Amino acid sequence: MKKNLKIIGKSHKKLDGKERVSGKAVYGHDIELPNMLHGAILRTKYPCANLISIDTSRAEALGGVECVITAKDIEVSNISFKRDHPVLKNGTVNCNRDEIAAVAAVTKEIANKAIRLIDVKYEVKEGVYDPIEALKEDAPRINEFGKGEEKFGNKNIAETFHYDHGDMEEQKAKSHVIVKKTYELPRVTHACMATSNITAEYSEFDGRLTLWSSTQVPFLYQRDIAHALKMDPSKIRIIQPIIGGGFGSKLDMHPFEPICALLSMKSKKPVQILFSREEEFVLSPTRQPMIITLTTGADEKGKFTFREVDIIKDNGAYTSWGATTPFVMMQTFSSLYQIPACSFDSKAVYTNNPFAGSFRGYGNPQATFALETNIDLMAEELGMSKAEIRLKNANFKGEVTGQGLHFKTCGAIPALEKVLEKSNYDQRATERKEGRYLRGVGLGSMLHVGGGAKIYRSDGCGTTLKLDDYGYLTIITGSNEIGQGSETVLAMIAMEELGIDEDKIKVINTDTDVKPWDVGVHASRTSFVAGNSLLGAIKLIKEKLSKKASELLEIESDSWTYDNGVMLANEQEIKIDKVAREIHFGSPHELCSVTYFYEPPSSFQDKEFKGDVSGNYAFASQAIEVEVDTVTGNIAVLGVHVSQDVGRVLNPVGLQGQMEGGVATGVGYALTEEMIYEEGILKNPSFHGYKILTTTDMPPVHFYPIETYDEAGPYGSKGAGEAPLIPTAAAIANAVSDAIGVRFNSLPITPEKILRALSEKKEKELVS
Amino acid sequence: MKIVFKINGKQVSMEVKPSLLLIDLIRDVLKLKGTKPGCLEGECGACSVIVDGEAINSCMYLAINVNGKEVSTIEGLTGTENPLHKVQDKMLEHGAVQCGFCTSGIVMTTKAYSDKCLEEGITPTREEVKKSLEGNLCRCTGYAKIIDAAEAVYKK
Ligand code: FES
Ligand code: FES
Repeated sequence: MKKNLKIIGKSHKKLDGKERVSGKAVYGHDIELPNMLHGAILRTKYPCANLISIDTSRAEALGGVECVITAKDIEVSNISFKRDHPVLKNGTVNCNRDEIAAVAAVTKEIANKAIRLIDVKYEVKEGVYDPIEALKEDAPRINEFGKGEEKFGNKNIAETFHYDHGDMEEQKAKSHVIVKKTYELPRVTHACMATSNITAEYSEFDGRLTLWSSTQVPFLYQRDIAHALKMDPSKIRIIQPIIGGGFGSKLDMHPFEPICALLSMKSKKPVQILFSREEEFVLSPTRQPMIITLTTGADEKGKFTFREVDIIKDNGAYTSWGATTPFVMMQTFSSLYQIPACSFDSKAVYTNNPFAGSFRGYGNPQATFALETNIDLMAEELGMSKAEIRLKNANFKGEVTGQGLHFKTCGAIPALEKVLEKSNYDQRATERKEGRYLRGVGLGSMLHVGGGAKIYRSDGCGTTLKLDDYGYLTIITGSNEIGQGSETVLAMIAMEELGIDEDKIKVINTDTDVKPWDVGVHASRTSFVAGNSLLGAIKLIKEKLSKKASELLEIESDSWTYDNGVMLANEQEIKIDKVAREIHFGSPHELCSVTYFYEPPSSFQDKEFKGDVSGNYAFASQAIEVEVDTVTGNIAVLGVHVSQDVGRVLNPVGLQGQMEGGVATGVGYALTEEMIYEEGILKNPSFHGYKILTTTDMPPVHFYPIETYDEAGPYGSKGAGEAPLIPTAAAIANAVSDAIGVRFNSLPITPEKILRALSEKKEKELVS
Repeated sequence: MKIVFKINGKQVSMEVKPSLLLIDLIRDVLKLKGTKPGCLEGECGACSVIVDGEAINSCMYLAINVNGKEVSTIEGLTGTENPLHKVQDKMLEHGAVQCGFCTSGIVMTTKAYSDKCLEEGITPTREEVKKSLEGNLCRCTGYAKIIDAAEAVYKK
């Protein structure tokens, strides 16, 4: 059902855009409190060592230093998803990020100087940097808090997942082709333009702690901080300044955050920690590097039969939320395209590498890369078109997958058809390739949650609305703005429903002492969950308003319309601010204010990871054209066609921005980005060494939204933010293979890899 | 060392250490926080300001070198006749701003380039516009809207 709307579906400028574009927006870096100190952290010199001694006396003696802390000075609990991560390290260090001591001083320079005066004696140990080595019997135990031995029969396993559905043997027997491949995915990082930052202020008088933090999940973070510091969560107030990029990096709480709070507690002054760019690269909780072994089958007509997945993930030294990325990967393997049988096993393995975390797409770019490559290979063996095999197996409306995901709406086929048509796929794919510059086209599709994901005990969001005496509306939402534009969408919804002008709407969303609960920004959920929550609150406030308006105009009506600051029914009208005032000043004297909490209709998955975990599901396809220079090995991405089932477009310009930004990160993942670690040490911690795309690298993105009007979402919409980067690397790799006839099983596909592959290919051709 | 320079139209004179970076002068001494520190290594362009008509990375520029020159920062663009400068208006209109951390630098680079084009009476091609912004990194937008906005600035 498509309802005609005035505001929704039309491009709307960013709500607080003027502040951001004029340099007035206050980011964490811009905060200055009276008497504020600057904190700095001493990190280990070696990724794997015993700490013999830590001497802080020279740092303490330096003028301007107000306090120095090490593990022995603090009373804290281990942090991280598995509580296997000490805030400050004592005894051993396990990766290059490890924090040994921290200083607060009157200037940044003094704090940094003091750090250099701390004398640490190490006994350097041989580290384990390869997860396969770490799984061996004789490998040393990497994390002393890990429960691998008892739980998984191996001391270095941090977490495992097993999933299966269908009759595997029967499906294998039906298979005409079987493709088995192993893929290696690199470590990449968010590279947010603002580095990590925090400002902490502890009040010794009432024991309350205020943190200006760029977390994307403030209420989970409040609990995490409380756990670390052994405090009552309600004594902790989280204020989010403007956030300079998130992309998943701010889902976990990291040691520097409780460290900053501890420095404030000890110095009794506000303390701020800002990361340098190098620290940001070293600290950033990266995307999981993983080794995926994928076996897939199809019958002679090209219908998919089974998938067997075995994944080894490099967990790094500690366990973050990133260990749960299999939740998303299981969905892709079990349910992207129709699949009668699937089995999935993954292990997250401790190593002395830095720990991986969550990153836009949450495991899905890795899974999709493996799967979409295997699909191409099966098509090739069957002699089938790569478009046809995908269309034949595509998901459909009404499908309930082996995992129990219920696709009440599904734009998979329209999205695929759209990119095939727009990229002129059939013609491109059959063109002959000759000369120095070879062109190719590749396909990739994806499935992702579109209506939140019930992995925490509540996946909901609260909203409070306040309509004041002058007709101004304040939306106090639990949800967060991290640049993605969700508060603009909320204001648009309020304008649409209540007929209030944008300049009379405020969105308040940055303070846990004020706003109602929400689980945070993840799983592409914000517009879906916060939008539904707001619609629920609007329904309540309309009840209040219409009751009063009926009373005032002495009419009976339950069909009021709201337009331009006025309420209308039965050809009578009254100004909305007048109604609000009458609610307030007339008997029985109430405020025109309501609170509503929305919990999505999704369910928890059972112990076998089956169940309808999201309010709805997003589908997308990309067709990407590349040109490979066979002399230099350079790959130029000529065009990216993206079609995505977004349910319904809410704010076209904002949505398009999500598409282009996502694709940019996806192209980087495919072609240029890689954190180069040698023996646990990062070799390229700068924008010079780690290449994100620039203006001149960015290909044109052609976006074709598919609207399926899913009942669960606000106005029929689905979550959209993560999807655009998920199939990009897969489609690019398939395009490169189409161009030069060589397959790449690892990312990024660099010019060196291209040239090596081309010369190997030539040698082979010569031999035969 | 004593330096005398103009910032956002105002004449100032002050004592600075020879090692002071322009970005620190702007952010820490003058408290103009709109100029952003993205890397402090000359790689990202977030700290771009205009010195005598040229966009430069203020993290790679010593404060003493502004002696006798004219500096403008993002704060200097607003509030003349309209609350926002044309470049800012276009960025907003085209959806070029997501988190906004790169935005000040992008606005200043575009302003400097558009002034130059105006002076020389040229309308740059899309490729030239891209090239002019190559030193400004953005992780959110994928640049398309930034380029669209910048192109709209040059359109007569
Ligand atoms: S902060 Fe100056 S170039 Fe990045
Ligand atoms: S808008 Fe976030 S870095 Fe450009």
